[in-house]
Order: sequence, then C-alpha cells, then structure tokens
Amino acid sequence: MSGFLSSSIGKKFFMSITGLFLVVFLLVHLTANLALLFGPNAFNIVSHFMGTNPLIQIMQPILAAGFIVHIIYATFLTLQNQKARGNDGYAKVVNSHQSSWASKNMYILGSLVLTFLVLHILNFFWKIKVTGSPLLAEVEVNGEAMENAYALVAALFTDQKLGLVYSLVYIFGAIALAFHLTHGFWSAFQTLGMSNDIWRKRWTVLGYLFAFAVGGGFAIIPLFLMLFA
Amino acid sequence: MDLKLKIWRQKDAKAKGQFELYSLNNITKDSSFLEMMDVLNEQLLSQGIEPVAFDHDCREGICGMCSLFINGRAHGPDTEITTCQLHMRKFKDGETITVEPWRSNGFPIIKDLMVDRTAYDKILQAGGYVSVNTGGVPDANAIPISKEVADEAMDAATCIGCGACVATCKNSSAMLFVSNKVSQLALLPQGKAEASRRAKAMVSKMDELGFGNCTNTGACEVECPKGISISHIARLNREFLMATAKE
Repeated sequence: MSGFLSSSIGKKFFMSITGLFLVVFLLVHLTANLALLFGPNAFNIVSHFMGTNPLIQIMQPILAAGFIVHIIYATFLTLQNQKARGNDGYAKVVNSHQSSWASKNMYILGSLVLTFLVLHILNFFWKIKVTGSPLLAEVEVNGEAMENAYALVAALFTDQKLGLVYSLVYIFGAIALAFHLTHGFWSAFQTLGMSNDIWRKRWTVLGYLFAFAVGGGFAIIPLFLMLFA
Repeated sequence: MDLKLKIWRQKDAKAKGQFELYSLNNITKDSSFLEMMDVLNEQLLSQGIEPVAFDHDCREGICGMCSLFINGRAHGPDTEITTCQLHMRKFKDGETITVEPWRSNGFPIIKDLMVDRTAYDKILQAGGYVSVNTGGVPDANAIPISKEVADEAMDAATCIGCGACVATCKNSSAMLFVSNKVSQLALLPQGKAEASRRAKAMVSKMDELGFGNCTNTGACEVECPKGISISHIARLNREFLMATAKE
C-alpha cells in the first residue's frame, strides 16, 4: 500500500477520486443556489435546510478534507512534472492541436478557483457560521424562524460601490471552474481506468455539458441579482 | 532550397550545450530530413568542424532510433511519421529550422542531438515479458483469440519505443510507452501469468527513472509516429488499480 501512495498512478487515483467527489458537491451546491431564482423565501428555506440538516453537517468536514487532498496532491504532481523536463527546456514548442488549453493549465485554473473559493467563503460561509451579520436578522417563512441568507447574498451583488466588481469576480470564478471541469471531468475517469476509445468520447461530451451547466448555473446568480433584485 | 539550421550542440553529457547556427544551400526538397543532416555533416567536415551527432538506423520508420525535436514538434511538422520519414518539402525555402534533442530527465543527452533511451529498456526489463513454458510447440488453434482483441494488442505492439511521447508531453511522462507494453501483453492469454505483477513493476520503474506524471493532455498520441491511442493508458491505469486492489 505504501508503494501505491507514492506511485504516480496512486497519486493520480486520489486526484480523480477527490475530483469526482467535488463534482458531486458542485451539483448539490448549484442545485441549492438555484433556489435563489425562485425568490427570497425559497432561497432562505433551502439555506436553512443546508445549515441544519445533519447529513450536510457531517459532510462538511469531509468536503474540506476532499479539497485539501485534491490541492496537496495537485501541488506534489505539478512540482514533479515541472522537474521532469530537466534543466534545459525546449527553445521552441508548437502545441499540438489536440491538447486543450485547459488540460495544459489545470494547476493555474485550480489556483484561480482556490483564490475565488477563499473570497467566497469569507463573503458568505464565514459570516453565517462565525462572525454573523446584521443582514442575517431572522425572518419568518411558513411559520418557521430562519436567518435571512437571501439578504446577505443580494446585498453583496447589489452593493452601490462594489456590487458590480463582486458580480464580475463571481462570474469570472464560474468561468475558471468551468474550464477546470472541461478537462478534469473526463480525465478523472481516464485515470480510474474507466475509459476506452468509445467511452473517452462520451466522458468528454458529458464533461463539457457538465462544465457548461455548472459555469452557467453559478454565473446566472450574480447576473440575476444585478438585473432583477 | 537554402536553409538556416539552429542546432543544439553539446560536447558530452556533462558539458553545457548551446545552439549553433549553420547555413546550408542547394538542398533538394525531395530529400529526407536525415539526408539533409548528412549533407550538413559533410559540409561541417570539409570546414573542419565536428559533425552533429544524431541517432538513426533503419531510415524506414520501424526501428525507433531517430528522434529530433524539429521546429517545436517531435519528429517534425507532420503526423504519424518518424524523423527519417520527414521530407524537406515540409519546409519553406530560406526557413530557419530549430533542431533540438528530446528533453527529459529520463533521457539524458549523450552528445549533441543524441539522448540515452536506456530508461525504456529498464522499464521493459521490470515486467515487459511473458513466461515461456518449455516443451513442444503448442497447437495454434488451442488458444482462440478474437480478431478485435488481436487487433488491439497489435496496435499497442506497433510502438517502436522512439520516445516521442515523452519528448512531446509537457510533463515528460512515459505513460503511453508503458501502457503500450502493458496493453499488448494484458490483452493476450500469454500475458496473463504475470498480469498482476507487470503493471506495478513497470510503473514503479517508470516513476523511479525520473519521468513525470500523466495529466491526460493527449499530446502524446498526436506525435506518436504509430498513432497509438491513449485508451491504452486507461487500460494501464485499470491494470495497475486492479493489481493493487487484489493485494
């Protein structure tokens, strides 16, 4: 087993497993977020559910661990890969047509997503769980008291001074994530050995659809709030 | 054609190398790239300059000896060919052609454009073989193999071990080579005896020799002179993970 952990395929195995786990997380997170399009009450009910459901609470530290493993292994592998070329690199490299831009820049895209993630956590999760905010004053929905998470989200994107900046940063984050997924999705299945000439095409198409849905889905929220809130 | 050649010159493995620029005139566009290199070396000899060292052998695309990273691409600007099958008609008159050796920690430079590809032999020695039982010749029809499987094994077996996959991969990963050598044996009944050991032994040797980790960019299959698919890499991953799970 120690040989497995230090082998190249072993490390990549953890990259794919954690990657696919994060893909599932994105799906849950996006579904919850899209409740916002159905108005403040719908969003508050969903965020109250996410904040109190025991299964979600158990999954939170596991999710954090998933992120950490994915990032640490990515760093290890990228450092090794940069060393593998040797001291003298090529003077001239023509990129072959087949490799997508995303596939060659996964670490950069991942770093952008991580930077966005830190900002995103400070904007919402941190305020809800740790510091609190006057915007979160309790509201009553269907006879149940809950935090007004909608007000916190809407305030960020409709702020007089910084609303537009935050919206653009969030849309940019969604685009970076989408590009990361265009390569990451099928690549995870390839690394797990669940691919051949036929399935590679299927995973790639599915990956692009998923990336488009996730990127578009997350980008809609700031756009929606800017235009309609 | 009149050409300018920007060629990597390096005295030996330890020396520091640099590019040298040479002019070469009256090259016919129908000559092969290596014939052009021969003409260059004749010219260098007559000028009292040491000829450029480069690997070559069969000059018909099957031995896997020629290498060369030409104008930013392994085996030059064409697909599914080796450098010896590249013709000068692929270049423009007056063009400056950049010629570099394969770059990888796994393939140290011996001299000029020659690299040491012993690493591939070491990987093969680690597990790229089958048990041969002594005794009489077995009946050819005793081990039926379907055509699809035989074809796929044959596709993997067309790998000539030139190293273009490593040279072109941004991570210098040898996964396409290793996966071909694992695939051609994993697909056939003759290779089953060592199946559980083979993938692990060969991957472990590959990691040890300083090649990078595959990130599935797919660049290797584009530059492979035999056009071998990265689906074989998926099979290698499968073989490796199955062997680990069985432990």
